Amino acid sequence: MAEQQFDLVVIGAGPGGYEGAIRAAQLGMNVAVVEKRGKLGGTCVTVGCIPSKALLQSSELYEETTHALADHGIKVGKVDFDLGAMMARKDAVVNSNTSGVEFLFKKNKITWVKGAGKLAGNGKVNVALTDGGEQVLQAKNILIATGSDVTRLPGIEIDETQIVSSTGALTLPKVPKTMVVIGGGVIGLELGTVWRRLGAEVTVIEYLDRILPTMDTDLGKNTQRVLTKQGMKFKLGAKVTAAKKAKSGVTLTVEPAKGGAAEEIVADVVLVAIGRVPYTDGLGAKEAGVALDERGRVKIDAHFATNVPGIYAIGDVVAGAMLAHKASEEAIACVEMLAGQKPHVNYDAIPGIVYTWPEVAAVGKTEEELKAAGVDYKVGKFPFSANGRARANGDTEGFVKILADAKTDKVLGCHILGPDAGNLIHEAVIAIEFGASSEDLARTCHGHPTLNEAVKEAALAVDKRTINL
Amino acid sequence: MAVEIKIPGLGDSVTEATIAKWFKKAGEAVAADEPVLELETDKVTMEVNAPAAGVLVAILADDGAAVKVGEVVGQIEAGAAAAAPAPKPAPAPKPAPAPAAAAPAPAAPAAAPAAAPAKAAGQALPAAAKMLAENNLQAADVSGTGKDGRVTKGDVLSFLENPPAAAPAPAAPAAPRKEDPREERVKMTKLRKVIATRLKEAQNTAAMLTTFNEVDMTALFAARKTYVEAFEKKHGVRLGFMSFFVKAAVAALKQIPAVNAEIAGDELIYKNYYNIGVAVSTPSGLIVPVLRDADQMSFADVEKKIAELGKRGRDGKISLDELQGGTFTISNGGVFGSLLSTPILNPPQSGILGMHKVQDRPMAVNGQVVIRPMMYLALSYDHRIIDGREAVTFLVKLKEGIEDPQRLLFDI
Repeated sequence: MAEQQFDLVVIGAGPGGYEGAIRAAQLGMNVAVVEKRGKLGGTCVTVGCIPSKALLQSSELYEETTHALADHGIKVGKVDFDLGAMMARKDAVVNSNTSGVEFLFKKNKITWVKGAGKLAGNGKVNVALTDGGEQVLQAKNILIATGSDVTRLPGIEIDETQIVSSTGALTLPKVPKTMVVIGGGVIGLELGTVWRRLGAEVTVIEYLDRILPTMDTDLGKNTQRVLTKQGMKFKLGAKVTAAKKAKSGVTLTVEPAKGGAAEEIVADVVLVAIGRVPYTDGLGAKEAGVALDERGRVKIDAHFATNVPGIYAIGDVVAGAMLAHKASEEAIACVEMLAGQKPHVNYDAIPGIVYTWPEVAAVGKTEEELKAAGVDYKVGKFPFSANGRARANGDTEGFVKILADAKTDKVLGCHILGPDAGNLIHEAVIAIEFGASSEDLARTCHGHPTLNEAVKEAALAVDKRTINL
Repeated sequence: MAVEIKIPGLGDSVTEATIAKWFKKAGEAVAADEPVLELETDKVTMEVNAPAAGVLVAILADDGAAVKVGEVVGQIEAGAAAAAPAPKPAPAPKPAPAPAAAAPAPAAPAAAPAAAPAKAAGQALPAAAKMLAENNLQAADVSGTGKDGRVTKGDVLSFLENPPAAAPAPAAPAAPRKEDPREERVKMTKLRKVIATRLKEAQNTAAMLTTFNEVDMTALFAARKTYVEAFEKKHGVRLGFMSFFVKAAVAALKQIPAVNAEIAGDELIYKNYYNIGVAVSTPSGLIVPVLRDADQMSFADVEKKIAELGKRGRDGKISLDELQGGTFTISNGGVFGSLLSTPILNPPQSGILGMHKVQDRPMAVNGQVVIRPMMYLALSYDHRIIDGREAVTFLVKLKEGIEDPQRLLFDI
């Protein structure tokens, strides 16, 4: 079959791959994207960010209806939900996003080669087409954006029915009576929240002594407190060593992480959410000479270049935070570099968000990181209970915390637990991006009454001069 | 990116103005908020500042042009900093002929990464802007480490802690001179250091210059001759020149108040009292004790006070109070033989009279050549507050008071 020539071939159409491809097209490159999934958008759009947020939204509405309306004087009779309809809506949302990406590809004249891509050397990518047959693509540059996959727990086999990964957790046919979530990180907490709201009794088992272990401990601690108030159960410092499936449920053997007596916990459904690993299956990286590190991640330099000239990599498949927006930032920067520009990804200004409710969001350094680095810093904290808008909304759980350099007042980190944290955090992201000080945030006018005022007050708190506390 | 310079709002009813003067030429660098032109309206004259740092690339309305509120009168190419690569502070020849032309060397704050001027250089983030304003600095004075070169609060804090060697003499602390056995090193006394500092302060602050005149001492000598003995008998003190000069100076100060005034910030303080400082030479240096309310002192009072202060000054027994609060100073270099000199102001005063040696000189009087005892007079003054006419008139009035002391009597 005749080779097709491209300036850039992107392997993987997740947020990194598809946004990078669009940027490349904007810069005048002839681009092809290889994607075997059958839909564009990668893990994020099809079985990750988007569907989970759709279910989180639906379940949150149900929770609000059953718990919060009475306070507002709103009377509702018996409230029920149709899981099938909820799932159908979720699927519709996913479809609108994937077709949206398809539309963007057409708009930008990007070729979608449907199949599995494999590096064949000398700028060639062999694609085993989904519809059968093979196609060889000849590229000036190749961008590996193959993303990541679920981390398996040794000895515990995921069948996506009783023992599920996040993928299965998004399509359960009915609400389990009991659910155990193995892993107290972002994914586990979000999906655990969905099912708890819909009626499951959820227990989170975490190996370390705290949930959200990579975030500021203030956030982890308080998030646990809040989720516990909502009815979620936690077992920290524990590890799951075995799982036995039966018709009645899954029996897990749980031991203290430090060792000790084991116990058994039974659950209808077990969600394995211990993390994700870089995905290079079938890529032919080894044969093509592309070096991987000890954790299976593609090794790159500051320009996203692998050790093979003309082959680049970004996103979950390389080191760094496994976040969709980190992947897109990298992909766009990589592509701009190929076009001769000199962009820069500011890794200090990449926010992390947990879409529970209240939401959790953070950008920059944690207090622990600053202490470990010996950096002298000041803290400004402001609770939503003192924010007018939060009170009016009846949603006052949480706080904004800003960390600033003790000498220069430069904003080093911001940590938020509370309503809309995922949106509010962007003020701090901009501040960090611009090298702003906490005083700059405090001196910026914030509309009243908004939740954002909590950010302003936290900035004032750095200087111990809050107005509204 | 081109930034427009627009005529700002001028107040309720004012819609038009005239460009009085552009301070900058096309092609010149401007700092953010630096005044670039002067506007005249019916009511007031005001300055328009550059909205951003960069290079003034276009002047769209010239000096004298009539403009309207909101009109675009110029354009700045933002960020195109007039590159003044940090010149090495070679033994800076203070007077300009430094070959490395570039901007007058002051303050290339260490670490000027001469690289491409940052896109947002000269812009300051809010807290930094406040701090700059509070410290009378411009954003362009501080190197910015924020995004695209913006000046951050931390940058201003650093700058304030380590201001680069300010203005003139940028010569890095010149390596100490090698010692020469033929030299004798004596540490400067505190008094000398203070005098040195104040002299420099005066020179650096005031727009100082000197105007001269000469006075015919005949009348003064005659008056003295007639009354010196009687004076001493009655008052116990010798009748010298100083009392005449002090009284003549006070009379002249009353007529030309600007010479007795002071600049404080952007105000002029006119004083209705006359504290005349009389410079006295002591073994440890020059001091200027003050005759307070000299306008109310008689000739005898003046002579007595001068003698007393002079003695205590030489004995080191004079108090700080007695050295402060002067409004005008008289310095007599003539006692040492000086014929003509240019005294330095005694800050914060705006004028100082220099008296000199009296010397017989042939003068033309009524068409005849006669020998007269003449003294050159010098008035150094601060041109910021005293204009030429005033300075000259002051000196003329003072001279008239000496040449015809009856004027002092009749207050003419």
